[in-house]
Parts: sequence; C-alpha cells; structure tokens
Amino acid sequence: MVELTIDGIKTRVSEGTTVLEAASDMGITIPTLCYYPGLSCYGECRVCLVEVVKGNHSSLEASCTLPVEQGQVILTDSEKARKARKVIVELLLASCPNSKTLQDMAANMGINKVRFKIKDRGCILCGRCVRYCKEQMKSGGIGFVGRGTSRRVATAFDVTPEECRNCGGCEWICPVTERACMADSLIEGLCGGCQNLAPVETCLVCTGCSESVGPQGHRVYE
Amino acid sequence: MRIGAYEIMNAYETVKAIVDRYGGKHDSVIAILQDVQSEYNYLPEDALRAVASQLGLPLIQVCGVATFFKAFSLKPRGEHTVRVCLGTACHVRGAPAVLDEAKRQLGIEPGNTTDDMRFTLETVNCLGACALGPIVVVDDEYQGQMGPRKVKKVLNKYKKTPRDRRHAEIVVSS
Amino acid sequence: MQRLLSAVELEKLRGRILSQRKPEKPCISICGGTGCHAYGCEDIAKAFKNEIKRQGLSKQVELKVTGCHGFCERGPLIVVYPQKIFYQRVSPDDVSEIIAETIIKGNIIDRLLYVDPVSGEKAQFEKDVPFYKRQQRLVFGNNGLIDPTNIEDYLATGGYSALSQVLFNMQPEEVIEEIKKSDLRGRGGGGFPTGRKWESCRNAPSSDGIRYVICNADEGDPGAYMDRSLLEGNPHSVLEGMAIGAYAVGAHDGYVYVRLEYPLALNNLGIALGQAREYGFIGQNILGSGFDFNVKISRGGGAFICGESTALMASLEGRVGEPRPKHIHTALQGLYGKPTNLNNVETWANVPLIINRGADWYSQIGTDGSKGTKIFSLVGKINNTGLVEVPMGITLREIIYDIGGGIPHGKKFKAVQTGGPSGGCLPESLIDLPVDFDRLTKAGSIMGSGGMIVMDEGTCMVDIARYFVQFLTGESCGKCVPCREGLDRMLDILTDITEGKGKEEDIALLEELGDVIKEASLCALGSTAPNPVLSTIRYFRDEYEAHVRERRCPAGVCKALITFKIDAEKCTGCGVCARECPQGAISGEKKEPHIIDQEKCIKCGLCHDSCKFDAVIIL
Repeated sequence: MVELTIDGIKTRVSEGTTVLEAASDMGITIPTLCYYPGLSCYGECRVCLVEVVKGNHSSLEASCTLPVEQGQVILTDSEKARKARKVIVELLLASCPNSKTLQDMAANMGINKVRFKIKDRGCILCGRCVRYCKEQMKSGGIGFVGRGTSRRVATAFDVTPEECRNCGGCEWICPVTERACMADSLIEGLCGGCQNLAPVETCLVCTGCSESVGPQGHRVYE
Repeated sequence: MRIGAYEIMNAYETVKAIVDRYGGKHDSVIAILQDVQSEYNYLPEDALRAVASQLGLPLIQVCGVATFFKAFSLKPRGEHTVRVCLGTACHVRGAPAVLDEAKRQLGIEPGNTTDDMRFTLETVNCLGACALGPIVVVDDEYQGQMGPRKVKKVLNKYKKTPRDRRHAEIVVSS
Repeated sequence: MQRLLSAVELEKLRGRILSQRKPEKPCISICGGTGCHAYGCEDIAKAFKNEIKRQGLSKQVELKVTGCHGFCERGPLIVVYPQKIFYQRVSPDDVSEIIAETIIKGNIIDRLLYVDPVSGEKAQFEKDVPFYKRQQRLVFGNNGLIDPTNIEDYLATGGYSALSQVLFNMQPEEVIEEIKKSDLRGRGGGGFPTGRKWESCRNAPSSDGIRYVICNADEGDPGAYMDRSLLEGNPHSVLEGMAIGAYAVGAHDGYVYVRLEYPLALNNLGIALGQAREYGFIGQNILGSGFDFNVKISRGGGAFICGESTALMASLEGRVGEPRPKHIHTALQGLYGKPTNLNNVETWANVPLIINRGADWYSQIGTDGSKGTKIFSLVGKINNTGLVEVPMGITLREIIYDIGGGIPHGKKFKAVQTGGPSGGCLPESLIDLPVDFDRLTKAGSIMGSGGMIVMDEGTCMVDIARYFVQFLTGESCGKCVPCREGLDRMLDILTDITEGKGKEEDIALLEELGDVIKEASLCALGSTAPNPVLSTIRYFRDEYEAHVRERRCPAGVCKALITFKIDAEKCTGCGVCARECPQGAISGEKKEPHIIDQEKCIKCGLCHDSCKFDAVIIL
C-alpha cells in the first residue's frame, strides 16, 4: 500500500494505482480527454495535469500516467495546474473548435478568448479510437501515421482495413467530435452560444469560489 | 530508364529475401524498410504490404513506421537528390537563401520531386561539415560554401548527367 | 588473428605491435573526417599514396588516414610525424612538394603553415597552433594517431588496457564506485551522474537477469558533430567503454544506435566491431575472462526525437519513436522492459580514460559540479570552426577568442547558443561565464550535447528563435498537445513577428505559452523547446520589441523588414547584379550606378551575393 496526500487529504492506495485513479477514489474529479477506463493510459492531452510538490519546488505531471509514490504530495486544482490546463484547452480549441465537449470544458474553465491561430484538425489525437480498436476489439485496423502536426489517425492507404468489423466503437468513443457544437457559428474559436461570452453579473452569494475570474467578473450561478 | 516506368515485380520475393536477412524479426522493421527502400528507391505499397504480412504486423503499424521516419519516402524519388543543410551553423551563414534559390530553380517544395523525375529536393538538419557551410549535397557530392548564386551552377552540372539508377540509396550517402 | 584469451596475451600483442613501430619513422597523418572528405581528402590520400610509391618510399614512409583532427576550418589537414609538423589547407598539388621537401629533406614548407591572422605568427608544429594550445584533448587527441580501420593503432595507444584491468582486477561494484568517484556526468545533454545511473541499473530487479547497455549515437542537435567524429575516428574507445559498462551493470548485450545521416561513422564502427570481435574484445569469453558481451549496430531512421532515450528504445523495438513519461526510469525498465543503461558516445569514450588514469586524477579536472573535459563543436560566425576539447570551467571568452580566434570579418560578437534546440542564447554580458553544467543552466541555457553556435551582429535573435522552433515542430513526434499544437502556434507568432505582423501582446504570449509547454510536455523535447525563445526574449527583448513596435529588424535579416539598396557611391555599373537578378528588378546604364526596383525585389539576396564592390547594402 502507498500513502500519499491529495489536496491536503491523506489517502492509501495499492501500488500501481495512478494518481488520477487515486483522486477519483476520493471523489476528486480531474478533467480528462484521452483517458478512458478500461483502455491503456496514454498521457496525450495533458488536461489531467496535477501539481506534484517536492520540497520547495513543484512540477506538473499528467495524473493519468503518474504512478502513486509513497509520501507524494499532489495538488489537483492549484493555480499552477489550472493555469496550465487553461492554456492546454485553449490550444485544443485552436485545433479542434467544432466540439461541444471542448467548448463546454472551455466555458467551465473560464476561457473567453482563443489567442492562437485556428487550424481545425477535426481531431485532438487522443488515440482513444486507436486504443479501442486495438485493445477492446483486438483489430488494430486504425492507427497513427505521420509525425508532428501531420500526425493523424488513419487506415492503411486510406482504405477500409480488412480487420474492420464495423463495430462503430471508434466513433462512439471519440471525446470531441461525436457531438458537434450546437451553436450556429464559432466566433474566433469560441462557441457563440455558451456562457463564456455572455455578459455576466456578480455572484449573489460570493463564496470566493475557485472559478477563474475573467475581465467580465464572476459567473452567474442559478 | 525513368523511375516512373520502373515496374514493381515480385515485391513479395524481394521483400522476403530482405526479411530473411534479419531473421524475420519484427523489431528489425525499420532496418528492413531501409533496405527495401534501397531496392526500389522508395517504399511501394506492395512492398509495405509484403513487409507487414511477412513480419506478422498490422499493416497500419508498418505504415505508421514508414510515415514517421524521414528516411522513408512513399513516393518515387528523382534521379538526383539535392539536400540542403539547414543546421544551425549553416542557417547562420545564410542557408535559407540557398534553399529559397533551390526551390525557385527546381520549382518544387522540399520533400517533393520535379515532374520530370530528375530531382528530389530535401532538407537535412546538420551534416556535420559546418566549416564548409552553407552546404548542399547532391547525391554523394558535397558542395560547400554555397550561396544563392552557386545553386544554379551546381544544378546545371547535374542536369546534364543522368546517374545510375541502380545505385543503392540511403538518405545521405558518404 | 587468433582471439586473445588472457590479459597476458593482450600485453604481449601490444608489446609486439609497439616494437614493430619505429617512432622516428615518418608518418603522414591525413584527417579523414566527414568534413575533410567534403574538402577532398580522399584525393589527397591517393596523391600521397601514388607519390610515395613513385619515389620508392613505401617501406620508409607511413601513410595514415585518420579520424577528425578537429580544426575543420583549415582542412584538408595533415600532420607529419615524428616532428608533428602541421600543414593546413593542403591540396593534391602540394603532395609532391611535401614528399620532396618535408619527408625526404626534413624542410618545412612555409606556405602550408598556419598563420595567426592577428599576430602574423606562423605555427610549425601542431602544439603551437593557437587553436590547439588551449585545449585539453584527453578523449579526442588520439584521433590523429589512429586509423579507425586498424585496431592495432588503438592497441598501440594503450587501447583495451582498461577493459583488461576491469575484467581481471576489479569487481563490477568497484568499477561503479570508481565511475561514481570520478563524478562523470552524461555528455549527451542530460548531465546525469553516470556512476549513479550504472548503479541503479545494476540494482534494478530483472527476473531473467537480462540487462542492456546502449550507446546513444543519434546526435541530432544541428551544428553538433562531436559524437560523429568520435565514432568515425576512435570507435574502439566507445566499444571499450561499453564493454566496461556492461561488465559493471551486468549486461551481456549492447546496442549502438547511430544516426542514419552518419554513413562514415556507421562504416568505421562496423569495421571496428568486426575487428574487436576477431581479437576477442567483444563477444563470448572476452580475453578469457568468462564475461560475454555482444554488440549490435542499429541505424536511425531520420528522427531527432530518437535521441530521447525512451523514443530510441521504442525505435530499437521496431516501433515509432514516441517517448513515454519517465516516472519509471529506463535504468529500471528500458529496452523490452529490462533494466537498461543508456549513455552518450562521449560519455562512453571517457570511461576507459577514467579506469586507466583513475577517478582521483579525473576529478582534478574541471569544476566542483562538472568534472573532466567536454568536446564542443564551435561553429557559426567564428574564425576557427572545429571541434574543441576543453576542461570544464573554461570561460566562453577563452573558447571563442583564444581558441576560436574570434569573429570573422571584424564583426562584433553578439551571442553564443549552447545546447542545441534545447538550449539558449547567451549574450556578450555573459562571455566570462565558466562553462559547466550548472552555470549554463542557471543562465537560461544548458550544456546539451556540445553544440556551440557563435553569432554576430548580423544574426537576428528573433530569427534564431524562430529557426529552432521550426526545427522542433518538424521533429516533434506529435503525441502530446503542448508540444504538437503549442510549438506550432509559437512558430506562428514568431513568424508573424519576423514578417512585421507582430502584435504588442505577442511577446507576453510567447512567454506564457513557453512556460506552459515547458511544464506540460510529456518528454524533454517539448519541455526544453521553449528555451531558445525564452532565453532570447530574456537577453534580447529589445530586438523583439523593434520587430513588433517599429517593424524593424536591427540585424538586417528578416526579409519582410529589410530593403536591398545599391549604394551609388560604390556601384561601378558593372551590371553583374542586374544579370543575376531573377526578377529583372535591377536596371542601369553600363558604368552608371544601378537601381533596384523595390516593387519587383523579392529579397533573394543574389545581388548582394554577387557584388564584388560591396555596393549592395541591406537597410
């Protein structure tokens, strides 16, 4: 058993558990995209970053691939972690804006501007589809080709692979494009229909909540 | 004989001879693909299929490897390969201007081949001959202290000499 | 050749080799590194061979084509033994004179000597050449004495004595202690203490006892070619180091992963390995000690990321070079999941040295945190381009001016980039910085593998930052978001800035994005990628601001922000530029000053390149 501290609370889990799982067991939700229970952990999206504190310095690590260690001190929602997560999601929006999942995530994080050039790749390369096809369906008909920004999910020579059994799993497990954004149009990479561009009023009961405060002030709670 | 007219015959047999040389081990796939490319000057689809089936690997995995490493080309390459070094030392000495001129002279972007299949243009990241920078290597020959002006001269020299197509090719030869 | 089966047999052989070699016998050592190959050293070697034969001197004169001698700027190079006369910029036409004058008569040919451009002093012998004087060539120095295709040359310099010592007189743990005591740190970029790495590899559990050692020869930093020259010139030093390391950690299989773009290194390493096997230094029952160690050579596929240890191992396993997070170090679980000790070429080459001369001796060299010497490739805007080996702690000033001979064409030093794409640019104010791991890191750069790119006033730091980011976007494996998308957007912003489209917020955005990429990336490529950008912003912020606020490139590099103009005073009206101009943008009468039509000008620089009167100026 390994004992570690997450968000100030001590917990004990078996060796081999990831920090993401350990946090989840405690009821702490860390946002994820490329993670899917049952599939191998990939560590691609970096949205699940947590702050690992070691003495007087700290680093950010992806919790889905971070094994628990004795005496580890983890902060899942520190300012450092949230700031980095925001930029990651902003980058994701800039590369796959037409996705309700990403737009929702962005709204929740208080992202109200996408400062990067929009290059819609239609995919975040999380690899869930690839892992699903390989690990669950034992087919391995789709995979990654290319490298860097030319990297994409594909089939060999862009034809339907022999291994494909039409299970539809790759479509179903995709975290971003399965539900296209409902709004009519995107405004500079941001969904026009979401809260984050709407004018906001001050919270009626201010609990000093941890929601990011943008230039428009606190968000409205119903 | 132009590369475009080169027929891929017996890809299976050719590939088998290479695979056998490596004991049929699938972790030698990169070396196997390099040898296959030396044979055909690029990686034809038939050869990739043969490699996958003979090594017992999913075809998409072999395609993944073939498209990840810069050494491989899935398109036929030209008779002459023109490589412009873009290492830091060469960059600082003016390599971008040399590349621009090469692009203009050949009318193609790096990674591509001229329509007449004479030249393939590539960029390399440091050949380690920094004292001669900027450097351009055409086939096996190093051309040092290149400037935009010398590009035309060098290319003209090769435009007049076809080379032996059977010459085995790896990405940068000595 | 019978395999050597004991330490005694090895020393007997060495004695025989040495007794057959007469130190007074003239020997012409020709530099045969890739750089000198490009200069045509093969023609020179052939010319010497023919001339020696023609003069009937084949028995009296030895000819040796060796590895890189280091002074690449002055190639082709030869050193004439036993006097060690140093001739530079040799051509095949000089060969007969060299034989006639220097070999036969013992005279020195003045015009082939190195002349110091400042003092005018001529250096007759290698040791007097300023480039070599300040170096401490412990690892690299033997290159000039060794024909890499002849193992007996290596034996003549004492080769494989360290391996023999280790196998018969030291326990594996003792070897590890010695390396730990020396404080040797990895020379590939990470600077991790080598002894500690070996120790954790040895102590890592392995159910079937299998362990591996790997030599990382995927030297990818553009402008760095130290490892290549070591492998080309002295491959046995690396093999010996690996064998010692394998013995220490308990591995019996080793791999050398060589960059595909190094065919001469691959060739020479292959020959050396074959000979090492033949003589019994690699293989079963090495020197009759009972220790087995086999080595395989593997070629890279053209991917910079495969210099990262986990990506390298993935590539060895036949997969794409995708790194994995290193929460579990490769020393514990590496190649095929087994404990693996991976070290850089130069690190391995230091091992026989430490064993032979002792850790105590080794740790006297260098600084507190960085022991020993380091080989740097000194390139760029520098007079004496080449490979230099210096003790840790030497200052940048000494390297650049005393060894490097300063900046050519009387230009002013501006910055030096160390550590390749993972490193940073250091300005003039830091020229007296002692070069060692920790001090370079503190200054915002890293030691890296040893690339040292010197820049002058004509180098635009924004352009350099953009260059490195562009390089990395081409080499990113594409797996994780911060590196794949983050670097790509960093490139967009930098490109905009160099094209005069930069916005005021861009500099702050680069810093913010850079910080996130550093923290959030999965591997070291991503996490060090922002360094060139962040260090240039740190030290050259004014240049960024000039690009953004004034749409001006102070160094005169960024095409969109410069104008080519003909200085009417200097122009002789020769018309060469007009003929060269691909756009027909230059016009003028014969013998009259010409003019560039700015509308048509595409800033290709051909006119500037071709003008013999320096009349084309860049504004």
